Amino acid sequence: MSVERIRTAVGHIVLMLGVLVSLFPFYWMVVMASNTTPDIFAYPPKLLIGSHLFENMGKVLDNVDFFGSMLLTLIASLGVTVLVLFFDSLAAFAFAKYEFPGRNFLFGLLLATFMIPAQLSLVPQFVTLAEFGWIGSLKALIIPGAANAFGIFWMRQYAKGAIPDELISAAKVDGAGFFRQYLTVGLPVLRPGLAFLGIFTFINVWNDYLWPLIVMTDPNRLTLQVALDQLNGIYGTDYSMVMAGALMSVIPLIGVFLIGARSFIADLAAGAMKF
Amino acid sequence: MAVTSKTAPAAVTRPSTTSEKPPNKYKQALPQYAAVSPFFILFAVFGAFPVLFSIWISFHSWDGIGQMKWVALEQYNYLLSDPTFWKAIGNTLIIWVLSTVPMLLLALVIANALHNATRFRTFYRIAYFIPNVTSVVAVTLVFGSIFSNNFGLLNAFLESIGVGKIEWLTQPWGIKIAIATIVTWRWVGYNAIIYLAGLQAISADVYEAAKVDGASSRQTFWRITVPMLRPVILFTAVTSTIGGLQIFTESRVLFGDTDNIGGPGDAGLTIVSYLYQSAFIKNQFGYGAAIGWALFILIVLFSIINWRLIGGNDDERLTRRAARRVERRIAAQNAKREAADVR
Repeated sequence: MSVERIRTAVGHIVLMLGVLVSLFPFYWMVVMASNTTPDIFAYPPKLLIGSHLFENMGKVLDNVDFFGSMLLTLIASLGVTVLVLFFDSLAAFAFAKYEFPGRNFLFGLLLATFMIPAQLSLVPQFVTLAEFGWIGSLKALIIPGAANAFGIFWMRQYAKGAIPDELISAAKVDGAGFFRQYLTVGLPVLRPGLAFLGIFTFINVWNDYLWPLIVMTDPNRLTLQVALDQLNGIYGTDYSMVMAGALMSVIPLIGVFLIGARSFIADLAAGAMKF
Repeated sequence: MAVTSKTAPAAVTRPSTTSEKPPNKYKQALPQYAAVSPFFILFAVFGAFPVLFSIWISFHSWDGIGQMKWVALEQYNYLLSDPTFWKAIGNTLIIWVLSTVPMLLLALVIANALHNATRFRTFYRIAYFIPNVTSVVAVTLVFGSIFSNNFGLLNAFLESIGVGKIEWLTQPWGIKIAIATIVTWRWVGYNAIIYLAGLQAISADVYEAAKVDGASSRQTFWRITVPMLRPVILFTAVTSTIGGLQIFTESRVLFGDTDNIGGPGDAGLTIVSYLYQSAFIKNQFGYGAAIGWALFILIVLFSIINWRLIGGNDDERLTRRAARRVERRIAAQNAKREAADVR
């Protein structure tokens, strides 16, 4: 019994150490964002949270269009998320619950697209969007990612088990067409799956860096990540201000994550087990 | 009259039987086709077409605006003899090994501890997962300051214990260790959560059987846990290989300088940063496309190697044999238990 207890205690100590390492950079971000830059440069360094946080945040707002970037990023993230949820769940509903000629072929094709790394087509994608005249516009951030293979695959696995065939048959008897069946039978049942895919998509778009760096060429219309990088590039010596900017860019996202964290993590793990 | 009345219905019904049935199958499926079409249309425009187009671009010399000049395989020829390209591959592979190995080992340890913990489970999971949802740019800025040569927290600590400063962000190994640390920190928790799901899928009977057989906890771990986790380990190995070969943001933000994107001595130049530099800073679109194809080939190659090493045929047979052995033991134990119950 006591051996068992010691083992549990050791387990918790290991886990707590890991948690400290995991969370320390966030603490350090707050420490740097709330002290002055000379304080950060001092030796020995200040290890505690200071009192200059709002002053540093104010400097961020003076130097970059922080809220403009945030709004742009929010619109892009929400836009992609809404479109992905609709297109992916609709396609997944059809793939999971209906027989139609070529279904397996199309689904195989969809899985095959997983193999193509995004960077392979970075150059031609840019050229294509330039041809469309989309460079620098929100369309470049939203449209190419409006439906994706991962989401359809994931939702299909979910839909297969979650939607009872009897419900669809009942809807058919009631004279509901395919889209009606999707709306009245599919969507309500798929809601937990949609919550996961929504958070996942939102976080990915919000944090994306390479794609917006390439397509958002107008310096007045940058996403948050690119703007933050630029803040660092131009005012890199003012550490406390850059850290205040980093903190401001991270807080909303962690908020979104914490809302659904519990089921989000479980769903992600379950998804990985299905591969 | 009699003739026409005989043929007329036939003429009406024959087309209706031949043309009605098969088209109806497709016609009835129209809503389903419409439902799955957005992905395929978007993929055709922003996925398949660019992939084919990138082959075409890679056979040309092109600055993205002017005339495309056909150069056949010149870009690939140059690529193979370009020392910077090979340096980028070397850097990427070193950073990949430096991050993936500790990352997956730590993840396994954490997952094991999480599996045995009965308290604070949700708290642990969230705490371990938060680094993964935090933006790479912000994380890199924080780690950049921790690793900073002159006033970084790490050097302040090393100085206070008498080791002295290490020039993390100017020396080739320091740069790679810094980047690998960021990657490891972001992905340990994610992989631990996935291993945890794998651990929870292993039936408790198996462990009980091992316990009854008198297996030590180390034996249990290496002979049961690891083999049973093989598919999950394969998943994490493949995903971290694909992710590792595409590392870009960390080094880009760490050095944040368009003239010197790979940092001092190009020690932090990765394959994707070289692609980005070639195509979007130097406007060598043809060369950028060729680097993209080299990256693709590398990813395919390494995925196959992973597959062979971790999930290959031989191994699968081994795992299956191990599973069968375990099953036999469980059956034997159940029989014993039943016998005991009867007594």
